[in-house]
Amino acid sequence: MILILLVLIPLLSGILSFAVRGEGAKTLAVISSMITLAASAYVSGTSYTQGLEFSCDWIPMLGTKFTLVADGMSSMLCLLTGIVTMVIMLTQANKDVERPGAFYGHMLLSQAGLMGVFLAADALVFYVFWELALIPVYFLCSSWGGEKRIPVTFKFFVYTFVGSLMLLAGLVYLSLQTPGTVSYAWADITRAGASLAPAQQQWLFWLIFIAFAIKMPIFPFHTWQPDAYEQSPTPVTIILSALMVKMGLFAVLRWLLPVVPEGVAYWSQTVVILSVIGIVYASLIAIVQTDIKRLVAYSSIAHMGLMSAVAFTGNGVGMHGIMVQMFNHGINITGMWLIVSMIENRWGTRDMNSLGGMATAAPRMAIALLIISFANIALPLTNGFVGEFMLFNGLFIGDGSVAHIATMVFAGLGVILGAVYTLNMVQKVAFGNVAPMTIKKDLSVNEYAGIAIIITIILFLGVYPKPLLDLTAGMIATAP
Amino acid sequence: MANLVYLVPLFPLIGFLINGIFWKKMPKSLGGAIGTIAILASFIISLLIFFEVKSPAFHGPAIVTLFDFISSGTLHVPFAFQVDALSALFLLIITGVGTLIHLYSTSYMHHDEGMVKYFAFLNLFVFSMLLLVLGANYLIMFIGWEGVGLCSYLLIGFWFKNRDYTNAAKKAFVMNRIGDLGFLIGMLLVIFNFGTLSYQDFFGRISGASTVVPASTYNWIALCFFIGATGKSAQIPLYTWLPDAMAGPTPVSALIHAATMVTAGIYMIARSGALYSLTPAILNVIAVVGMATAIFAATIAIRQYDIKKVLAYSTVSQLGFMFLALGVGAYTTAVFHVMTHAFFKALLFLGSGSVIHAMGGEQDIRKMGGLGKHMRITQATFFIGCLAISGIPGLSGFFSKDEILANVFAHSPVLYVFGILAAMMTAFYMFRLYVLTFNGTFRGTEEQHHHLHESPAAMTLPLVILAVLSIVGGYVGLPAVISEHNALAAYLSPVVQNFGTHHLSHGTEWGLMGLSVAVSVAMILVAYGVNRKPNFTENTGIAKILENKWYVDEIYDAIVVKPMKALSDLLDKFAERQAIDGIVNGVGKTVRWGGDRLRLLQSGQVGFYIFIMVLGIVSLFAISFFIVK
Repeated sequence: MILILLVLIPLLSGILSFAVRGEGAKTLAVISSMITLAASAYVSGTSYTQGLEFSCDWIPMLGTKFTLVADGMSSMLCLLTGIVTMVIMLTQANKDVERPGAFYGHMLLSQAGLMGVFLAADALVFYVFWELALIPVYFLCSSWGGEKRIPVTFKFFVYTFVGSLMLLAGLVYLSLQTPGTVSYAWADITRAGASLAPAQQQWLFWLIFIAFAIKMPIFPFHTWQPDAYEQSPTPVTIILSALMVKMGLFAVLRWLLPVVPEGVAYWSQTVVILSVIGIVYASLIAIVQTDIKRLVAYSSIAHMGLMSAVAFTGNGVGMHGIMVQMFNHGINITGMWLIVSMIENRWGTRDMNSLGGMATAAPRMAIALLIISFANIALPLTNGFVGEFMLFNGLFIGDGSVAHIATMVFAGLGVILGAVYTLNMVQKVAFGNVAPMTIKKDLSVNEYAGIAIIITIILFLGVYPKPLLDLTAGMIATAP
Repeated sequence: MANLVYLVPLFPLIGFLINGIFWKKMPKSLGGAIGTIAILASFIISLLIFFEVKSPAFHGPAIVTLFDFISSGTLHVPFAFQVDALSALFLLIITGVGTLIHLYSTSYMHHDEGMVKYFAFLNLFVFSMLLLVLGANYLIMFIGWEGVGLCSYLLIGFWFKNRDYTNAAKKAFVMNRIGDLGFLIGMLLVIFNFGTLSYQDFFGRISGASTVVPASTYNWIALCFFIGATGKSAQIPLYTWLPDAMAGPTPVSALIHAATMVTAGIYMIARSGALYSLTPAILNVIAVVGMATAIFAATIAIRQYDIKKVLAYSTVSQLGFMFLALGVGAYTTAVFHVMTHAFFKALLFLGSGSVIHAMGGEQDIRKMGGLGKHMRITQATFFIGCLAISGIPGLSGFFSKDEILANVFAHSPVLYVFGILAAMMTAFYMFRLYVLTFNGTFRGTEEQHHHLHESPAAMTLPLVILAVLSIVGGYVGLPAVISEHNALAAYLSPVVQNFGTHHLSHGTEWGLMGLSVAVSVAMILVAYGVNRKPNFTENTGIAKILENKWYVDEIYDAIVVKPMKALSDLLDKFAERQAIDGIVNGVGKTVRWGGDRLRLLQSGQVGFYIFIMVLGIVSLFAISFFIVK
């Protein structure tokens, strides 16, 4: 029963929020996100010892049941969603948005969708939540975004809509192949998919995969992302980058790899190569960005490229590394965006060439920036390191061939390039003389609290990653 | 006592946390005191550990496991420390020299507003360095390895308003990262082939007879680790960050960029001696790279005018010597030179700090001269440092350098000739530096002249202690012709032993010794003669090339930095915005065009339809869930 609450709390408070006038929506959002976080923490705590499941009839004539299951991976991602949403709401508390009711309503609806995606054990339920998570983001981006929001939202929409349609077609096709009556249950879908002829699996692979590839995003399906990150209001950027990209990777692990194993075997080499090219490609582009938001966006593409490459090499330690890294990337990039929004707020610009002197003007913020930046480049004893080490381990071992080793070495260039663009950014933003500020203020209380949560997690999991490793230890296999 | 080894890194960590958290309110003197006492406490524990390890009752390495760091499937990496002769010796060097440099800093940094922050970083550095040498597996070493890189970055860019300084910091970190990638790949190779990262298991497995790993694998592992070492220990081709690192405060240069961090690569290879003894080909690579670095850096040092730059290139050159020793299989000899070098190079850097302090920040030796009259202690101790590094008999540098050269001679007389050449240049540039700084007449401004003074006791005391160590430190490793018992080699023998030990006759060894002393003394006399009455004119020809460091930075800029930037620009402007985005926008425009035609029929918006669709699905769900049930 607790599982349905993870979806219902944000869903109901989201709907309620549309009706609330003025400041009430903000309070509602904070409270709702805290309760959801508590529930997801409870789920993570109990899924250690027992699998949690919730199931009831939904649309029997379509053969779909409303089934939610929490295993290590889903509880970890629900926990991440809980933490990130709470931190967003907390740090938003001293900022004003237009039409707060609608804004927070969309945010919470999207959270409900995310929770559902991570928990769904029925393909149709999964698809519905997938759309529920995405659609509020279109509205958030197009109504509260930056100057170029309309064309950017349009591009984002085209990308994801094309992917979604193909995904739906793929899932419907699979459901028709299930033995006996039509079924969307995960177990039936995987059985149906795995029993198909290899040739069928090979085209089905792309039908399903495109949607996920766009979400992650994998090179060359990524160009919506820097634009969308740049133009979205920061809370939405955080949802997109910390959570929605995980949705794509999660979907690969749960709804692609076990569903069309022959297709995966056939195409994995291609995807690994695309992913690894993406790492170096995005890192190189990040070096010449001047807008911090675009820099972080490309940095994120590089990080996701590594995870996606490992997902398709299928090594146990690597898979475990993905679990760890999904969580830690979500935490770190949230921290990064918080800092970026503070910079925008204090200096009135995101152009790195017009910034400088944070270490003098706002030393606490600069310390936070340093810690988060070094976590972003996986310095040991920050949370970024353990996952990256395990990922490289997985990528390196792969099938043990020289080709895999070469792939890893190429991907490893990201380690060096990451240091280049991240330290460039730190230098331009934090060091040097103080650039003119619009608001001269270090961290405010609620920003301090949000950043403190992020940094505590960064350092704690960096030194002692065991709780996270234990939570996801069962996830070396991909069954829910 | 060995079980309490975690206390050694714990004290600096606590010092870092206290100064790091209360940096805003902490009084400067208190911050300095906390930082210094933390390292002193570690030194005392290290001393106790050292005596325990040294006693005959100590058997084998003591492994102290704190907790499981990474545990996944078959991969288990504990957060564990290893106490043995090698790590105990490095503990002493790090905390001992560290304490002196902290003490020195309490005075040197007293006028800096960031003093508390400085001590926090310095303690964090010592913490990381201790992790590096204490780890019982390569991953813990790597944690310390990157940790010291971070501290180096923070301290080089300590005066962060200066763009040149932060550029130097960035360069140091990035160049180290290139090496670190090598280290990382080396570790992955070890995991892949041996399923472990722990020294004991790994070395146990490679020396066991049952291994089925091909010899080329050992070569790759050894080479990858060495690439890591070239970054951290500033060897060709990754050395150019170290001279730039002199942007940091001078005590930092002494501690991090001379005595400890930069010797991490030597530690790593000595630690992995069991591996390198299986890879003679890679040892040869190490010997050649070390030799080339020793010579190359020495040539540059001859024509530098910044007091710290001379010492920086000297450090690069001396590190090259240590790699040369490693390359000929003389691991314990390299460790010996790490130790003596830590004493005399820390002494020289702190001495230069004392000079810079007296000169009010001036670092150009062309504007110095005659300082000896005003600062007797600094002059005397600096002189001892110069004698030690030049290999004058009776001082520590003589014993370690002589042992290296003897080993090199036994391995290859050709390398030996180059070694002697580097030693000659060392004696020359050091005494050029000494004479230009302390002898002759003062060449600075009247105001600077008036201001000249000896430094306070907190700065001169460490100088005196280090000078004493620079003299006596060599007696732990007496050459075979003087004593059959080499105390250091005997002490280290349970952990590392020289590979392919040389057997030179006593006559040969005396001869080699005589030769190296003779050329050093000759070069010292030349240096005196040439620089007595200096005449600084524009350098031309080879001297100009040396002054400009062989233009290596410019070459790297032209062949690496600029092409990379151009490629980035190309990808950003063309591949990203024109090619990929062009296709996507093309698709989008087609859809929109189609939509506009359809609009004539439907007059709606796509987004609206989707929203309705989802709303429908959600309500379908709600109805079936709440009502049908």
